[in-house]
Amino acid sequence: MDFNDTPDEAEFRATARAWLEANAERLKPGERGPGLESRADPAAIQRAQAWQARKADAGWACITWPKQYGGRGSTAIKNVIWKQEESRFRTPPDIFGIGQGMLGPTIMVHGSEEQKQRYLRPMLRGEEIWCQLFSEPSAGSDLAGLRTSAVRDGDDWIINGQKIWTTGAQYCKWGMIVTRTDPTAEKHKGITYFIVDMHAPGIEVRPIKQINGLSGFNEVFFTDVRVPDRNRVGAVNDGWRGALTTLMNERHSIGGGGAGGPDFTDLLALAAKTTVGDRRAIDDAAVRQRLARFYIRLKGLQYTSYRTQTALSRGQTPGPESSIGKLVGAPLRQDMASFAIDLQGVAGAMNDRERASDEGAWQQMYLGAPGLRLAGGTDEILRNIIAERVLGLPPEIRTDKGIAFKDVPSGRKNQ
Amino acid sequence: MLPGDVSKSMVPRSSCDRGAAASDSAHAGMNFDFSDDQKLLRRTAREFLTAQAPLSLCRAVLESDASYSEALWQEVAELGWLGTAIPEAYGGSGFGRVELAVIAEEIGRTLAPIPFASTAYLASEAILLLGSEAQRRTYLPKLASGEWIGTFAHAEQAGHPAPADVRTVLADGTIRGDKVAVADGDVAHLALVTARCGETIGLAVVELSAPAVDRTRVRSIDPSRSLAALRFQAAPAQWLGEAACGWDRIQALLDRAAVLIAFEQLGGATRALELTREFTLGRYAFGRPVASFQAIKHRLADLYVEIELARSNCYYGAWALENDGSELGLAACGARASASDAFELASTEMIQLHGGVGYTWEFDCHLFYRRAKWLAAVLDGADRWRDRLVQRLATERTVRRES
Repeated sequence: MDFNDTPDEAEFRATARAWLEANAERLKPGERGPGLESRADPAAIQRAQAWQARKADAGWACITWPKQYGGRGSTAIKNVIWKQEESRFRTPPDIFGIGQGMLGPTIMVHGSEEQKQRYLRPMLRGEEIWCQLFSEPSAGSDLAGLRTSAVRDGDDWIINGQKIWTTGAQYCKWGMIVTRTDPTAEKHKGITYFIVDMHAPGIEVRPIKQINGLSGFNEVFFTDVRVPDRNRVGAVNDGWRGALTTLMNERHSIGGGGAGGPDFTDLLALAAKTTVGDRRAIDDAAVRQRLARFYIRLKGLQYTSYRTQTALSRGQTPGPESSIGKLVGAPLRQDMASFAIDLQGVAGAMNDRERASDEGAWQQMYLGAPGLRLAGGTDEILRNIIAERVLGLPPEIRTDKGIAFKDVPSGRKNQ
Repeated sequence: MLPGDVSKSMVPRSSCDRGAAASDSAHAGMNFDFSDDQKLLRRTAREFLTAQAPLSLCRAVLESDASYSEALWQEVAELGWLGTAIPEAYGGSGFGRVELAVIAEEIGRTLAPIPFASTAYLASEAILLLGSEAQRRTYLPKLASGEWIGTFAHAEQAGHPAPADVRTVLADGTIRGDKVAVADGDVAHLALVTARCGETIGLAVVELSAPAVDRTRVRSIDPSRSLAALRFQAAPAQWLGEAACGWDRIQALLDRAAVLIAFEQLGGATRALELTREFTLGRYAFGRPVASFQAIKHRLADLYVEIELARSNCYYGAWALENDGSELGLAACGARASASDAFELASTEMIQLHGGVGYTWEFDCHLFYRRAKWLAAVLDGADRWRDRLVQRLATERTVRRES
């Protein structure tokens, strides 16, 4: 066991670091990278695009993409190394991840040659930002229950329906949308995948106000939106395969990056400066037990990511251990925030940058954490994935198999 | 994300920082995994123990008056496992602690009923860490060959000993005092015994064949692993090392043993999950395997996650133990607390998910349930290690702020 780079990896790291030193400023000690909250700010988008173009010009955009699309044609472990190095510098928020990490790879597998030529380079350079139009009010964890329809009309398709939880819809140029094209077929067999121009007539984007007051997500309404058939990705009624490619890439691209916000060091510092009765909180037995549990779980996640990196470094596909990051990390952040607020006593009720401890960061984390447990696979779906794909337990018993989609009950029935 | 000193040391460094002792396989690089040789050792150990230490062996010891399986002990000794981390000069095979951890995990999987932990992780480690050259030459070959069984005797009453609780006294070459619940104390030939000389605490080396040693076997929560009360009435003894080593060195020894015992716990937890998975797949209720119900699937998924987090903490512990650096203090706490909890959770879930049969003597669930609690108890429960962890974090923090 050791944690050193191979000579090849070390050389890559040194080259990456040298370029970053010349092109960006190092984060100061204690300074954090950008959170996600500023993503929709036009100035931040411009800065992000400028940074992406600079990386692309120097060959640092999309490390794992083939060279023919402007990528570096390199390995997953080098992508991890690049991200480790880049995270030490002050850079704009990454608003390109959904396209570059999930949709681009889907187009590479299922798209036409024309689509690859047209879309991949501007996606890589950050000139065109992409969003993923998957979830619907009646199709979240059960994504294949989607009802947004696409109906053929000459060389076009007409899309009607509603998508939800679309990150970045308000500033994206393109979206990839899964639609129902044959409601008489079984649920997974009547779905078709399209690229849609987010500025097309008939699209309305409404930001969703979240419980933390921010609006990272949107509802997107489609009313008679026309999409040319050449924007279809994959065969008609075969879109589920493409959607699975996207979801698989989503799972692989999650993990590693911190979601911003305070961390264990801040929690330890808080416990050293708050009091319980006549002593410091950190000297209280119950507080110590909680602190230790948080530390050990965080370390468990960190070392688990080392195991994943080991597999990547050897050119292997990461094993099941990579699936536990979000399932453990999201509730852990929620618990840490809750505990940090409790440490503050009555003052913990303040959500006030001026007056609350750590500028209210724990309160903000507390209000943001429930979303982490739902986005990109709920805790419950992740448990199903571990149970079925890692432990090999039987799949859920399905009542929607072998019948036409239009006959499957869905949505809420008690309204 | 985490306190600077520890995480910084874990950040992959450039290869020019690498010392002479680089990875032994052709592959270098981020390598949080065992080497090919270590994996081969694991395969060999698993094959051997699968054949020679089925759960029926654990049960046979548990149901008999035997303290351990002498036959298995002999075979393990012949394989040289007891000398894994002991240098060749003292009769061992001179491998490292990672190899010992690999064996520990396999022993844990099979609930092997032998005094391996007491001998290899505690007695031998103590002598390697603190013993004089003469003591090493005298005792390590006997422990490495399995001719002698060793143990560690610490607690004198219920509770978690502080220095003031050590009332056993070593003076003028003899030791007096009482120790409770000494693992393998009824069969061990050699004990490392915490004792005081005035205000200083140290480890006494006591040969248990001396007439002034009384040993009384006591009932164990896991009768496949024996316990004894020891009474020293002016038994001949000497300090391990040149003099009483002090409380901190004893804690350092416990850190080392904690990592190795954590691997036994990890192995036990993993096996408990495997057996429970198998059972729930074959057990039908309401017309389906019970493993198809989400109530069961999600519990098994959660258990898997806890075990994997413990595994990662254990791997880091093994790395820190092998490197013997400043990381070991925190790493041992993390490995020990997470592995104790994971094994205890796995064994309680094992019974619950087996249903009624899980509560019968006839099924093997209670072997795991007993071993999990026994292993958790013999080196202090998880709560103590968590408290020690925060104590160490707070010290580090103070040191950082003052520097």
